[in-house]
Amino acid sequence: MPLLWLFLIVLAIAAAGFVLGRGRALASAGGDARALHSLPGYYGWNVALKAMVPGFGLLIVWLLAQPLYVGSTVSSMIPDSAIKDGASRSLLMAEVRRTADGLDAAVAQDLITARDAADPDADIAALTDKLKEAGQIVTAEITQPVLTAAQRYRDLNAKGAFAMLIAVVAVALAGAFYGVNEARAEFRARNVVENGVRALLIAAASVAILTTLGIVLSLVFNTVEFFRLYPASNFFFGTSWAPSFSGRGGASDLGVLPLLWGTFYISIVALAVAVPIGLFAAIYLSEYAGPKVRAVAKPLLEVLAGIPTIVYGLFALLTVGPLLVSVFGDEGLGWMQAGTAVMTAGLVMGIMLIPFVSSLSDDIINAVPQAMRDGSYGLGATQSETIRQVVLPAALPGIVGAILLAASRAIGETMIVVLGAGAAARLSLNPFEAMTTVTAKIVSQLTGDADFASPEALVAFALGMTLFVLTLGLNVFALYIVRKYREQYE
Amino acid sequence: MTDASLNTPAHSGKQLSQADAHTKKRNAAEKRFRAYGLSAILIGLFFLVVLFTSIIRSGLPAFTRTVVDVEFTLTQEQFDAAEKELFKTKAYSNLFIAELQGKLGEKGVEVEFDEKAIERLLGKVGSTIREHYKENPDTLGAPVRFELAASSRVDGYFKGRVTRDTLQDSRFLQLSDLDLVDALEEAGVIKQAFNWTFITGTDSGVDNPGGAGIGASVVGSFFMMLVVLALSLPIGVAASIYLEEFAPQNKFTDLIEVNISNLAAVPSIVFGILGLAVFIQFMHLPQSAPLVGGLVLTLMTLPTIIISTRASLKSVPPSIREAALGVGASKMQTVFHHVLPLAMPGILTGTIIGLAQALGETAPLLLIGMVGFVARGYPEGFAQGFTEANSAMPAQIYTWAARADVSFYEKAWGGIIILLAFLLTMNIIAIILRRRFERRW
Repeated sequence: MPLLWLFLIVLAIAAAGFVLGRGRALASAGGDARALHSLPGYYGWNVALKAMVPGFGLLIVWLLAQPLYVGSTVSSMIPDSAIKDGASRSLLMAEVRRTADGLDAAVAQDLITARDAADPDADIAALTDKLKEAGQIVTAEITQPVLTAAQRYRDLNAKGAFAMLIAVVAVALAGAFYGVNEARAEFRARNVVENGVRALLIAAASVAILTTLGIVLSLVFNTVEFFRLYPASNFFFGTSWAPSFSGRGGASDLGVLPLLWGTFYISIVALAVAVPIGLFAAIYLSEYAGPKVRAVAKPLLEVLAGIPTIVYGLFALLTVGPLLVSVFGDEGLGWMQAGTAVMTAGLVMGIMLIPFVSSLSDDIINAVPQAMRDGSYGLGATQSETIRQVVLPAALPGIVGAILLAASRAIGETMIVVLGAGAAARLSLNPFEAMTTVTAKIVSQLTGDADFASPEALVAFALGMTLFVLTLGLNVFALYIVRKYREQYE
Repeated sequence: MTDASLNTPAHSGKQLSQADAHTKKRNAAEKRFRAYGLSAILIGLFFLVVLFTSIIRSGLPAFTRTVVDVEFTLTQEQFDAAEKELFKTKAYSNLFIAELQGKLGEKGVEVEFDEKAIERLLGKVGSTIREHYKENPDTLGAPVRFELAASSRVDGYFKGRVTRDTLQDSRFLQLSDLDLVDALEEAGVIKQAFNWTFITGTDSGVDNPGGAGIGASVVGSFFMMLVVLALSLPIGVAASIYLEEFAPQNKFTDLIEVNISNLAAVPSIVFGILGLAVFIQFMHLPQSAPLVGGLVLTLMTLPTIIISTRASLKSVPPSIREAALGVGASKMQTVFHHVLPLAMPGILTGTIIGLAQALGETAPLLLIGMVGFVARGYPEGFAQGFTEANSAMPAQIYTWAARADVSFYEKAWGGIIILLAFLLTMNIIAIILRRRFERRW
């Protein structure tokens, strides 16, 4: 693992630099630390930071840039004639990459020599057999352009890795050298180090922005790509969801409406379960329950929030589904065909959301000042009248915000619907029928066999975009309501 | 307190001590309202109880398996004779059957069976025995105890999943075999034993539910958590320190704050899309690798860790900072030497809870290829643990739940017990940390 080694080498350079820089600074002050501008350690840290930051920075940039450079170089050397009809350049590049990986693996297993793997005149049929022997998945036959490209790909990658090793070590050494050189008594090491650390802190804080940027860019690019292959109006207004499985596309119906309907229907069922139970639980806990009941019931309810969603998914599939079938199925009322249905997923999702609604509402109800309750009691209202006519109206914006947040949770929930809601996309009002949601289809479109460049796979990004916009919109709306209608109490 | 006001007459000319109709109505409404609240809590707790009983009831059988426990003696002559045969494993099987019949005869149990039945019950017994004696020739002549795992259908018969009524004769198990199973049970040869394979083993193929274990995916989860811990703790703490202690009030800080609070609410599947597009399609990191899973979960956990770290930094009183600044420490020294150590218990608690959340997260792992991958082996070394394809606990549970064979459901429930045990441990550690080290200012 050369990357790990490179990492350790840079760390070692930094450690050595620390000792050297510290020693040199002390020596320049004649061994008397009081004559230095900063504590001796800061001179060491100055050197270590100057070795590590450029070293690791270059490493990361290189790791990001090399695949791009190699990919575009190799891709540009494949002649247009080598691309089969219906296939795309990116598809061929994937094959090149697979072949190159296969060659690497075969060399690693000593099935072929490194020289054979790089031989441009190698016998293609024999090589394919060797690759298959090495357990590599290679498409039926490797063509000459693919092989040439794969060899070039390996060559460039090997050279790149070597160049990276040299460059990173050189930069780290240069930084360390520069830092050691700076280490003199009058050098303001602490100020420099503190500015450096501050810059690192800012960089860490910016990761959040980068993540959002990454999400938005990856969604937008692929969504645009999707709309190039599939008309946007059909996606947004199509009432039928029927992706073809041939992988070639063309005949697929990819309308988002049935999925959105399924999502909303399941979320509504979930909220119909979670909101009354959660709200009443919150009211009881904050207004009626004694400290002992509260100390037991509140954490127990919150356990429900800490359980992973896969557990709820399995619970829906294997416990709630069969239970509902036994009541509403053919042997009971005859409304339900199979265990996976809107009702199953909605019910279980509702259970999951109970603590979400209850603890948010609990906080909000507790924030209503006691003076308002006392005023109401003073006028002769009972406790429940006080709650209904004073406390709840005062807490309403917060409660609506909590419900909206719970709704955004419900819309984005994946595992419960993947396991419990079924796979059929339909526009129906019957809650005992199987329906599917945006999230479930993202999973099924991206984990299937469809080629990444086909509309069948790319539609998942458009669905992801829809989901992202929906949940973001709900969250922003929830915050807006809370801010706008919040009563300010002293 | 309110009773006094309730008993005051609403209308004049009525007895003070007697509640009139209106008051009665109001009191009844009060009682009803209270009952709604109580029943809401009880319903919530009822769901919790149902959830846990169904997990435990369905999951515990995964920890036991049905084994045939026989003491078997093979002499040197028998070994040589068997090795000379054309079908060597068949010879061993026959020896085993003879031995078993002897055992049953001793116990006075009469039952007819042949080699095919044994194969349906226990798989290829002959080859297991042969392999043992090939590897340990010195045990020849002495009694050796064999614990042979029964097939998953026999296992199901013992656990009540398969009954005589539901069983259909197939090449896997026939009705007559159950007579043999009953006879073996009567003789005390077949029994339930703790299933270590489930905990330490690796995933098996679709056709062998009995041999499936969760061990490899626990290792995969472990490597993923290492990545999450190594990245999200330093980045999260650094980001919180900047936002809480240094950030000026400006547009850039606002932008970061808005981003963090939005990321906390983004559905986890969207992070999976990000991982797929950026880490796998763009950077060409290996699919199904714990490294990629760890990176995605890091991005997902960061907001949680930042929010809890900021809360614990905020709880350190300003007097600490002022005292440090007063004796001449720089702002940076104040934070790193005084505020951070005092906030550490809170930060660690938040980190552990964030890790526990990440450990149970499944949806993003679906998209980066950790589901459907059959984790047949352990990684070869530490570095390979990060880059070699592996599964993770929740992904493994999903894989089992998605398989057609019902016997895998039991494994999925069992996996959930193990997953929840890990989560419980982590949360208990977090609570202990908080109780032990948290300071009230």
